[in-house]
Amino acid sequence: MNTISNNTDFLLSIESLSVSFDGFKAVNDLNLYVDENEIHVIIGPNGAGKTTVLDLICGRTKATAGSIKFRKKELTQLREHEIVREGVGRKFQNPSIYEDLTVFENLELSFPRGRSVFGALTFKRDAEVTTRVREIAEMVFLDALLNMQAALLSHGQKQWLEIGMLLIQDPELLMLDEPVAGMSVSERKQTAKLLNEITKGRSVMVVEHDMKFVEDIAHRVTVLHQGKILSEGSMAKVQADPKVIDVYLGH
Amino acid sequence: MTHVKSLLSRQELIGLLVVAALIFVVMPLSMDIFRLNLFGKYLTYAFVAIGLVLCWGKGGILSLGQGVFFGLGGYCMAMYLKLEASTPEATAIQSTPGIPDFMDWNQITSLPWFWEPFNSLTFTLLAILVIPTLFAFVIGAAMFKRRVGGVYFAIITQAIAAILTILIIGQQGYTGGVNGITDLRTLKGWDIRTDEAKYVLYYVNGGLLIAVLLLSQFVLKSKLGRLLVAVRDKEDRVRFSGYDVSNIKIFVFCFAAVLSAIGGAMFTLQVGFMSPSFVGIVPSIEMVIFCAVGGRLSIFGAVYGTLLVNWAKTTFSEIFPELWLFGLGGLFIAVVLVFPNGLSGLYRSYLAPLVDRLISRGGSSYPPEPASPPPDLDGEANAKPAE
Repeated sequence: MNTISNNTDFLLSIESLSVSFDGFKAVNDLNLYVDENEIHVIIGPNGAGKTTVLDLICGRTKATAGSIKFRKKELTQLREHEIVREGVGRKFQNPSIYEDLTVFENLELSFPRGRSVFGALTFKRDAEVTTRVREIAEMVFLDALLNMQAALLSHGQKQWLEIGMLLIQDPELLMLDEPVAGMSVSERKQTAKLLNEITKGRSVMVVEHDMKFVEDIAHRVTVLHQGKILSEGSMAKVQADPKVIDVYLGH
Repeated sequence: MTHVKSLLSRQELIGLLVVAALIFVVMPLSMDIFRLNLFGKYLTYAFVAIGLVLCWGKGGILSLGQGVFFGLGGYCMAMYLKLEASTPEATAIQSTPGIPDFMDWNQITSLPWFWEPFNSLTFTLLAILVIPTLFAFVIGAAMFKRRVGGVYFAIITQAIAAILTILIIGQQGYTGGVNGITDLRTLKGWDIRTDEAKYVLYYVNGGLLIAVLLLSQFVLKSKLGRLLVAVRDKEDRVRFSGYDVSNIKIFVFCFAAVLSAIGGAMFTLQVGFMSPSFVGIVPSIEMVIFCAVGGRLSIFGAVYGTLLVNWAKTTFSEIFPELWLFGLGGLFIAVVLVFPNGLSGLYRSYLAPLVDRLISRGGSSYPPEPASPPPDLDGEANAKPAE
């Protein structure tokens, strides 16, 4: 594992990051690094600042202080869509898909081409797009449902669709906020398999509460508590950490 | 044929043909020129309603100020016509001949600078398209870049409509005030008040409406059309898919504005005047009602909704002048509560299946087909074998 001294080799390096809402420090002087091809899971009790960290990376929340460097490029000054174009994808806690459109159209809109107004007007649904949409749909177990209106999908399928919408963007860093919340046991297994598959060639950051699931997927775990890092390392290591047991796992 | 197919489904093609037949054949044959001219006036509002379908129905941006753009288009046209009607010979009795009569009444002795370019028809036609677009762009950029949306946006557009009305009424000497710009006579020497001219203008108006329907259909069928729906559903998701949402919103707001302006200009030509009573809050809200009654998701529905409400307005306001406004309010409430998808929703749930069965021997057109190819794939993608 890398050390802080050669941090430029990291895909994402967050340094001295803070954000406060009306004086409340949701994230406090945080340092966090994500390696290439790593599944990095953030856990912690409610209100630890897990989702806020993801919000800060993807530009939804503006940092009060600190830096977020992605491939040595500073993200804190960029707008959301610019961060996406740099190669950072974000999945929300509740499935965030276009319910009035079909599965195919959902994936097609996420295909990274024709993103300007004029580009969207002249966008052609050519073989490249259809092939890619089918490929991704197959990966997220939705290839038989391409023409279904997205509102009619089950909760788990909606989660997969959103993951698929991110995959088609081909981001280098994929951020997933509670990807298996509300999923059945078999759906969880499939999702774990999916995540292990898609991490080839990209890094994944996951916020998750489900410890069984975290064990299945995590390469590295960061435990957040009150906006600060409580413990970091392999799942076995953090599980054995008395501080973690005290504030989080012990409950 | 493939081009037509990718732009219009069978149902939509029929919808377009029915509208065209209504405008070009049924109405001219069944009405005298007075009624036809009135019908043509209603159709100018349909331009606004179509714009609202894209902006509000699809994109979820409710503008309560479309009268502003209708008015801008209408006033541009009226300024040109007024200048042509104000030749020194025609206005010889004024203390300053050669300027519009209302300026003379307001002790203005020379043509204001911003009226000068409206001596040119080319400039006027460009102004009808460009001025409302620029104005919409400025409002849109100021609002959408700051993420002002929903009710706040609606209120601001309404305020703009009120401000513009007050401005027009207050600046009587430059705008004709509350009476508007009246007594318009000729367009490049061609008298627009004759029956013959009214027929010609009616057909031009109808042709423009069909063109606007096709253009809107093109936008809706493009990826931008689906993006509009996506923005309405989940704005954040669109943003986090790498799109600049504000640009999409600005575009559709400008598009709706330019359609309204074309309607306004055609209104001035057919009705022969333009006044602040077509700019303010009340007409702007009425325009939203036209769109809602038609069904805010259908551009064809918008045309019928406009015609129906205006016909009702004319008929009932003649019979029960005091009650009409209550009727209009009641209609809006009924649309919201009882049939939220308006006329087009009623059509889709009751008539469309019948029509579909009648016309489709073989190819299905409306609900997506069973197997792999997604709906409305264009030719080349269709040619690719599935898996």
